[in-house]
Amino acid sequence: MIVGERKPLEEIRAMLDPYRKILILGCGECVSVCMAGGEKEVGILASQLRMLYKRQGREVEIGEVTLIRQCDREYIEPHLDKIYQADVVLSMACGVGVQFVGEVAGEEVIVLPALNTKFYGVNLEAGMWAERCAGCGDCVLDKTAGICPIARCAKRLLNGPCGGSQGGRCEINPEVECAWQLIHERLKARGQLELLEEIVPAKNWKPSLSGGPRKVIREDLRL
Amino acid sequence: MGNFEPKIVGMFCHYCALAAQDVAGKGRMSFAPNIREVRVLCTGKIDVLHILKAMEDGADGVLIIGCKLGECYFREGNMRAFKRVDYARKLLDEIGIEGERVQMYEVPGPMGKRFADIITEMTEKIKSLGPSPLKKAAQEELMA
Amino acid sequence: MKAGSNLEKILEKGEFAVTGELGPPKGNDIEVIKKKAEHLRGNVDAINVTDNQTAVVRMSSIATCALLVQMGLEPVMQMVTRDRNRIAIQSDIFGATALGIKNMLCLSGDHQIFGNQKEAANVFDIDSIQLIQCVKAMRDEGTLLGGQEKIEGQVRLFIGAAANPFADPFEFRVVRLAKKVKAGVDFIQTQCIYDMDRFKEWMRMVTDRGLHEKVHILAGITPLKSGGMARYMAKNVAGITIPDKIIARMVKAKDAREEGMKICVEQIEELRQIKGVHGIHIMAIEWEEVVPEIVKRAGLLPRPKVSKN
Repeated sequence: MIVGERKPLEEIRAMLDPYRKILILGCGECVSVCMAGGEKEVGILASQLRMLYKRQGREVEIGEVTLIRQCDREYIEPHLDKIYQADVVLSMACGVGVQFVGEVAGEEVIVLPALNTKFYGVNLEAGMWAERCAGCGDCVLDKTAGICPIARCAKRLLNGPCGGSQGGRCEINPEVECAWQLIHERLKARGQLELLEEIVPAKNWKPSLSGGPRKVIREDLRL
Repeated sequence: MGNFEPKIVGMFCHYCALAAQDVAGKGRMSFAPNIREVRVLCTGKIDVLHILKAMEDGADGVLIIGCKLGECYFREGNMRAFKRVDYARKLLDEIGIEGERVQMYEVPGPMGKRFADIITEMTEKIKSLGPSPLKKAAQEELMA
Repeated sequence: MKAGSNLEKILEKGEFAVTGELGPPKGNDIEVIKKKAEHLRGNVDAINVTDNQTAVVRMSSIATCALLVQMGLEPVMQMVTRDRNRIAIQSDIFGATALGIKNMLCLSGDHQIFGNQKEAANVFDIDSIQLIQCVKAMRDEGTLLGGQEKIEGQVRLFIGAAANPFADPFEFRVVRLAKKVKAGVDFIQTQCIYDMDRFKEWMRMVTDRGLHEKVHILAGITPLKSGGMARYMAKNVAGITIPDKIIARMVKAKDAREEGMKICVEQIEELRQIKGVHGIHIMAIEWEEVVPEIVKRAGLLPRPKVSKN
């Protein structure tokens, strides 16, 4: 899932300052699952903001809507009325939702982000999420025992652990596991260590963001 | 403000707090009458949103009473509640409402006296903090 | 001759090589370079110039190397892939070789979190092994990475890389060296060695694979200045282990600097006995003035002369 984290209240407050009628727009997909921008988080933020404005003696109207998802036009369109009625939309989706609600609603509608979009990750344990994929556009997991060195090595190395790997930990932080240690262990367990003898040549970063904004087109699905 | 009588929402665990309340009642112990009571099957059912909504809807404080740690009927519901109380306090502090208006206590089983004492203690605490800043703001607005 | 550098000639002649290290100034003060360089002149065969080591901003390795060339000294230009993509790397290699630089050490580089520009974006377009491949293609095929574009002129570089026998997983360390050899490296400088047992174990694995016949291994040493430094390095520097007995010697010593030098000379004697070790690389961090004395006591002076061409 795409993992997000709510921005500090002070930052949200400052960006909402000019507006009197706010629609907080949650998203029912990834950010619901990672407890950052689903229906409940919309409720909490709305309640917090209502109390804040009441304290400040400001009259601000706050609406709450949570869509099935913000990355599909068909789920945004039924809510356009409410979106148009607001001065501003505070989207609690990932950066994708923030942009797409704006795209669908049109340039008159101001959509602001309530979250910082962090990464593609997993729910490691309750209350903890961790990065697993960097969306590089050219998956190498078949060569790396299913553990991604692009997303999980601080240097994105492709030819094994650097000299900073110690006791299974990364040099940048003892909390961080060395991805290449994990790859090594798994290949060893599988009796496939010889895979690490091969030199992986310089990666083609064209399919990644370095090649410019990306698009996927499936002609068979187009109308 | 001399005669301020706080409104406190009490979220009480069925298994300990309410049993304790019964004992206190049967024992004819007196305690402050400031609690609006909500019975929950376990404090683990209480969400951050419930606490915020109570405050938003006019409570001066929220009192949560659960079982003693390690004695939760559902094993760890009360531990979760403690963490959520911490989070709710942080959210309230962020908007200038004292987080300490939300308190959570443990009652070891049907101890009526302890229950009565907690109610009094909490009422005193909220009295000393005064009305919720939300009410103050509303009042100042009326006066202006 | 691949590059015709002094270091290459010495190693090819089978002489025991000695290299030193020079950290450029955190600014453009040339006097700092001159002073450090003079301590090394005549005492080492080539001088490594670090490339923003530990991600602390310093004068560029290329510029410092070019200054050393002007001073009649031979530099080993270190280059990290942390700060440059393949465009900048190859462009800088053209420039460096045009300025008379003949040795290059290929590194991935310390992560920027250690340095003084922690908010920087890193590059890591390629890693150190791919960098070796890149330089080798430029030198031996006369092409850019990818093999298409022909280069105008000739890139002549003696290609080096690092090895850290003290990092984990230990059994991978010799595999990593083998990959660097396969990629085309000519010489290796190791992380500084204190744990001689582990280094010998690693060298045994190296010779078992016959790698010592394909690459010149220079053993890294760093003289310890004080007991405090020994303790600090053991605890805080990634990829370095220092045995307790060395720390104890440094802590107990009346004259810690003298003790540090003694340990160093003993280490050199021990390293010279190890099969496959073709030289030493002395990294006297901010203590360059100690190098002449260490080299002298180790009986490595005068340095052998090789013909200029």
